[in-house]
Amino acid sequence: MMEFLSSPASIRSDLPFGFWLHLLVFSIGIIALLLTSVIIFIWFERRLVGRFQLRLGPNRAGPIGIFQSVADVIKILTKEDIIPTRADKLLFWLAPIISFSPVVVTLAVVPVAGGALLADLNVGILFIMAMSSIISVGVFTAGFASYNKYSLLSSMRVVAQLVSYEIPLILSLVGVVMLTGSLSLDDMVNAQTIPFILLQPVGFFIFFIASLAEISRSPFDLLEADSELVAGYNIEYSGMKFATFYLTEYCEAIVLSAITATVFLGGWQGPWLPPIIWLLLKIGLVFSVIVWIRATLPRLRVDQVMGFAWKFLLPLAVLNILITGLFITLWPEAPAWINGSANLLLLVMYVLIRSRFFRPGGTSVGAS
Amino acid sequence: MVILSERTMKVTHSTDSVFINLGPVHPSTHGVFRMRAHVDGEVITEIEPIFGYLHRGIEKLAEGKSYRQIIPLTDRLDYVSSMTNNLAYCMAVEKLAGIEVPERAVYIRVIMSELQRILSHLLGIGSFFNDMGTFFTPFFYMFVQKEKITDLLEMVSGQRLLYNYMRFGGVSHDLPDTFLPALNRFLREMPAEIDKYEHLLNENEIVLARSKNVGVISREMAINSSVSGPVLRATGVNWDIRKVDPYSYYDLFDFDVPVGTKGDCYDRYRVRIEELRQSLRILEQAISKLPAGRVLNPVPLRFRPPAGEAYSHVESNKGELGFHVISDGSDKPYRLHVRAPSLLNLSALREMLIGWKLADAIIIFGSIDICLGEVDR
Repeated sequence: MMEFLSSPASIRSDLPFGFWLHLLVFSIGIIALLLTSVIIFIWFERRLVGRFQLRLGPNRAGPIGIFQSVADVIKILTKEDIIPTRADKLLFWLAPIISFSPVVVTLAVVPVAGGALLADLNVGILFIMAMSSIISVGVFTAGFASYNKYSLLSSMRVVAQLVSYEIPLILSLVGVVMLTGSLSLDDMVNAQTIPFILLQPVGFFIFFIASLAEISRSPFDLLEADSELVAGYNIEYSGMKFATFYLTEYCEAIVLSAITATVFLGGWQGPWLPPIIWLLLKIGLVFSVIVWIRATLPRLRVDQVMGFAWKFLLPLAVLNILITGLFITLWPEAPAWINGSANLLLLVMYVLIRSRFFRPGGTSVGAS
Repeated sequence: MVILSERTMKVTHSTDSVFINLGPVHPSTHGVFRMRAHVDGEVITEIEPIFGYLHRGIEKLAEGKSYRQIIPLTDRLDYVSSMTNNLAYCMAVEKLAGIEVPERAVYIRVIMSELQRILSHLLGIGSFFNDMGTFFTPFFYMFVQKEKITDLLEMVSGQRLLYNYMRFGGVSHDLPDTFLPALNRFLREMPAEIDKYEHLLNENEIVLARSKNVGVISREMAINSSVSGPVLRATGVNWDIRKVDPYSYYDLFDFDVPVGTKGDCYDRYRVRIEELRQSLRILEQAISKLPAGRVLNPVPLRFRPPAGEAYSHVESNKGELGFHVISDGSDKPYRLHVRAPSLLNLSALREMLIGWKLADAIIIFGSIDICLGEVDR
């Protein structure tokens, strides 16, 4: 297993049952990696947020609290599983599964090393987007089936927010796809002699913000706005079903960190260390930024969230496609630094023009 | 565009407003307050505040207790401003019985009520940003400083929440030797802390978008509904009991009354932050002027004030806190009434909330900064 992790190549298909062995090893590997990293990342987030808030965070269970998540998991699994009397039982039962499975499936197209991925789909990015849209169905189902007004309000926000942010999310990746000439994530990593974050800063900016909204992390955590909707869509869930939602939330964060790392930060590439370690380090980096934002920013209002997606991110994404397309058609052999700085200039100018310094009255981005 | 789509919606299909219960058990209600809200989508069309879940009958209980036994009861009104409640009640009884207070005790009372104001405002601002969704970070920043004040108040009273420190004719104990050095240390580091809060929060784009022009209450509206304290001052009314009817030598202190301009949530936050600075100024002056001498003119344990009535009011952290005591000459008050600022500040709540979105309602409610112990009594 370790040898496979450190070797850049995939499992050779000329072995006996090579294809099935490949599927088996990678499926188990992905699930094991995801679940263990969720446990570690929950602990990591709580420690990090603790530091942001001038406190220690969990520090009692094990050395520096490393077993805190284990204790939480045991607690949550031994809780009584309650289904509200008037809930739609089938949908209530299905919703955690609908929202959890697409998240795991998404990792199938993320390479952990050169050519080492479960399924080298030639439409990898499209696959990721399709799968991440299914999550919103699960979340909506959960809120709708619970027969609770808070979760119903949350479901309304889910539909509005997740569907709106998918558009800038997809459009932000078009620039990268144009530079790579392929939709496969493996090709994208191989194409990144310079990480795409330098060539496509605008794309990265939009993708990162839109993915924060997609995984409903702060400042877009309207779905589980604890001060307004108590817990949002999962308010009626307890026991293993709640654990599944909790797991989904963190898996989403990790998967989107993985995709960000793969598409914009060079994926598994890096000197000295084995590829998988590089990938994990980059995931950790992106995840830390997500936690940083969570510990820093207040929540936006629902109309401001929508306004931000449609009035700010969408035009910027279209402009980014335009600029990238112009460079590719008119000056394909342009040096990377010109390409990147033109993109960065676009970002800076756009943000400045749209910021309140240029608007009388100081109305903010989201305000209509 | 928006108007068009709304009109077409009305023609094609009708929608019912959803009735949603905010409270009594809800994370944003700061206790057991309840709002029955009718929402059309996210917009609140009708709201009915309901309180009384924490009613303990303190005013009635007071009729069965001797005057001194009521001091601990006043602790339990607004439990984050116990010192101020003690002060207001003691002042009312002192006015009734004509008791003199030693000069040192008056200064100690000023120090205590200003420390209590800083504590309460820190908690108020912190939970306001929690309501806005900051995941506890500002709250913890302020809680660190709040703990230092709690330590100071513990030094003088032995308690960390309900102090029971003031007595008729002074305060129960003199300041311990460790108090003034600790207070000086606190005063030295607090201005930098306040600068830090303002640096982090004042110009945050999301804070501005969420709180500016949200929950506006006009000056007339505020005065008509008897709103007081920072909520009133945020509308631009310069009304502070410490200035307009000075008590406890407040006329000898040099401090400003911060006022807002618009009366929105942001102004309320700014007024509170600025009041922290003014309280620090008062504290510094009080320490430098603190005279030596007795701290208590003892009154008999079971003392009987002459028949009559007295009303005394102070500028509490939430607004004008008044105690009306009626004596029939016995050792128990005939009637005690509390003018609770939190309750009266809520009287404009309905007008402030209708038409705003649910998320706004939460932060408007949070910006009023009520304490349920005082609302329900």
